[in-house]
This record gives sequence, structure tokens and C-alpha cells, in this order.
Amino acid sequence: MKKLIKLISVAVVLLFVSAFTINNSIGEGYKIGDVAEDFYLKNIDDNMVSLSNYKDAKGFIITFTCNTCPFAVMYEDRVQALNEKYEPKGFPVIAIMPNDTSVKPGDAFPEMKKRAKQKGFTFPYLIDEEQKVYPKFGATKTPHMYVLERTEKGHVVKYIGAIDDNYRDASAVKVKYVENAVDALLSGKEVEQKETKAIGCSIKTAKNN
Amino acid sequence: MKITYIFIILFAFLGCKDTKNKDDFAESNNKVTSTPLGENVEAIDLEIYDFSGFKKFLNRRDDKVYVINFWATWCAPCVKELPHFEKLNQQYKKDNVEVILVSLDFPHLYESKLKPYIKEKNIQSKVIALDDLDMNSWIPQVNENWSGSIPATIIYKRENSKFYEQSFNYNELESALKPFLK
Repeated sequence: MKKLIKLISVAVVLLFVSAFTINNSIGEGYKIGDVAEDFYLKNIDDNMVSLSNYKDAKGFIITFTCNTCPFAVMYEDRVQALNEKYEPKGFPVIAIMPNDTSVKPGDAFPEMKKRAKQKGFTFPYLIDEEQKVYPKFGATKTPHMYVLERTEKGHVVKYIGAIDDNYRDASAVKVKYVENAVDALLSGKEVEQKETKAIGCSIKTAKNN
Repeated sequence: MKITYIFIILFAFLGCKDTKNKDDFAESNNKVTSTPLGENVEAIDLEIYDFSGFKKFLNRRDDKVYVINFWATWCAPCVKELPHFEKLNQQYKKDNVEVILVSLDFPHLYESKLKPYIKEKNIQSKVIALDDLDMNSWIPQVNENWSGSIPATIIYKRENSKFYEQSFNYNELESALKPFLK
């Protein structure tokens, strides 16, 4: 019995150590299949927003985005289009601005309000003021997309990555990664391409600047 | 040989300009056309690669230590750390270290943003431009752990390689380089 306990504790320690060393190199945050925690963040209309507010949602398209990153700006209209297409189907867009606004004044809350008004965003544009939500997701850049599916277990992460395969020209896109993911979930299928990579602006913190 | 390259690049450029949708980046396009061709930034010889052309810079097998930094003029933390890479290049040239700055600037801003920046800051390290839309296929080939945020840096010598998705100050950069100098 004692031996077994010893063995288990060694295994646990090993697991811990390896988990930490691995995490150091690949970054922390949700992986595909993880259950995402709910959040409680301030929207540009000054109301607080949580996933639990959406009683009828089947899932969510979460985008970490901002005013100041040129990649994020190039995708603004496409994010708006995603909301127009998928909110009625039960997958609304929720945008979260993760940057430290003392580093990026262009992303300050009043600026977010302005931008949303200019662009006519129909989705919430939340500020991660304490910068505690984006690390949980493991977001590293803007734009960084997450598709969540609401299940009995909670909000399960089904897709992480880019919106599509052509940042430069929406009309030349060949693969719409996020749309394919949501379409698959809506028809009860497995998401085929679960993760994609794209260049983006690093999320700004007081430390990395 | 080099002249042919310059011509090829120049032609590729002109070609792009013609075929580009007029609607894309209307604002920035104005800036491009307002930069008179043949001005002195034109003298800057910018090598432009797609990923297959760029790969060789990650696979040199000579005696040099290569410090490959992915950056862009639009990326504030990149621009902030650039002087450290310049200094490193100067200080360690004698130790067979070469810094290569890989710009991910948008092609339509090469003339109006990137080249003027190189000229204005008098950048001495080699600057090349990487333009490849298929990011989902090339980013993992640079490093499978790269999420795609910049700045990002690779330091390598032959098969020995380390990848950093972070910003550097000079001391951090120097200590990252040190293990490769033996």
C-alpha cells in the first residue's frame, strides 16, 4: 500500500513537472475539447456581459480583437458579417479587447465605443480590463478566434485560430475556417480543421512593452 | 545576377499593383501612389520571398549563428526591440553572428512604410520581406509552437535552434545568444 502511494506521488510530481515545462514552451490556456469558464466583462454599452446571459445560444464565436492592430482592422467587417450570419442561428459573436490600454491608448474604452459605432458592430465589444480572461483562453494575439459549443458539460472549445485563409482580400478567401467550424457544429458534425495559425499583433501588457 | 533579381522583384511589384483590387485599402493605396517612384527609397534593395523561397534562411548549415527576427513596422513592440537586434548584430559580428530582420509588413506598404523606415533608422542588419498568404501552412513550419504573434525570434546554429515568441531587451537577447557562441 505504502509503495503504491509512493509510486502515485512520484507520478503526480512527474506529471506536474512535465506539465509545467511543456506549458512553458507552448503557452497556457484552453485546448480543443476544454470547457471554457464563463466571464463577466464590461461591454461598450456599459452593461456587463457573460456567456450565461445568452439563454438560447447554442454556442459562441469569441474573438479577441482591438482597434489598433492592422490585422484586426482588416477583419472587422468579416467579424460583423459572422455575427449577422450566425447570431440568428444561435452562435453570436462576442468580441473581447485584451490589450492594456495604458500601452495602447487607441484601444481605450471610449475609443472602443467610437470604433464600434463607426463600424456599426451589432455584437458586444467587451474590455478585459484586468487582463484575466485572455490568459485563460490562451489568446496571444489579435485577432484570435475561439468557437465554443454549449453542451451539458459547459462551453466546450471546438475551434481556435484564424477567421479564414486570406487576411488581405476577403473576396479571395478559399477556406472560411470559422464558418466551417460553426456550420459543422450546427449540423451536429465534428469540426474538421480544429486549429489554424495566422500572424497577429501580440496582446499588449505593461510587461511586454 | 543581383540586377536580374531586382528587375524580377520590380516587375512582380508592378504586376501586383495592376491586378490589385482598387477597393482594398483605399486609404493606404493613396499613400503608395503619392510616393513618387524613383525616389531614393527605391534604391533600397529589398528582397521579397514567399515561404518556399524564405526557408533557406532557416536552414543555413555554415558556422554562423543566425538570429532571425520576425517583425513589422506596424508592430509597436517589434519596432521597440529593433535597436537591440541592431546592437547585437554590431557587437557580435566578430563572433560570426548574423541578424536577419524578416519583415511581415503588408506588400502594398513596402514602398511607403517599410523602405522609408529602413532608410530613416539606417538599419544595418539584413532586412528581407516575407509575403506569403498561406500563414496556416508556413507558421508551423517556422516553429510548431508559434501561435503567430509578433515579435518572434529564432536563434540557431546548424541543427541547434531556439524559438522565442516574446519581446527582448538587450540583456535578455544577449543571454539568449550566449549558449550558441561556444
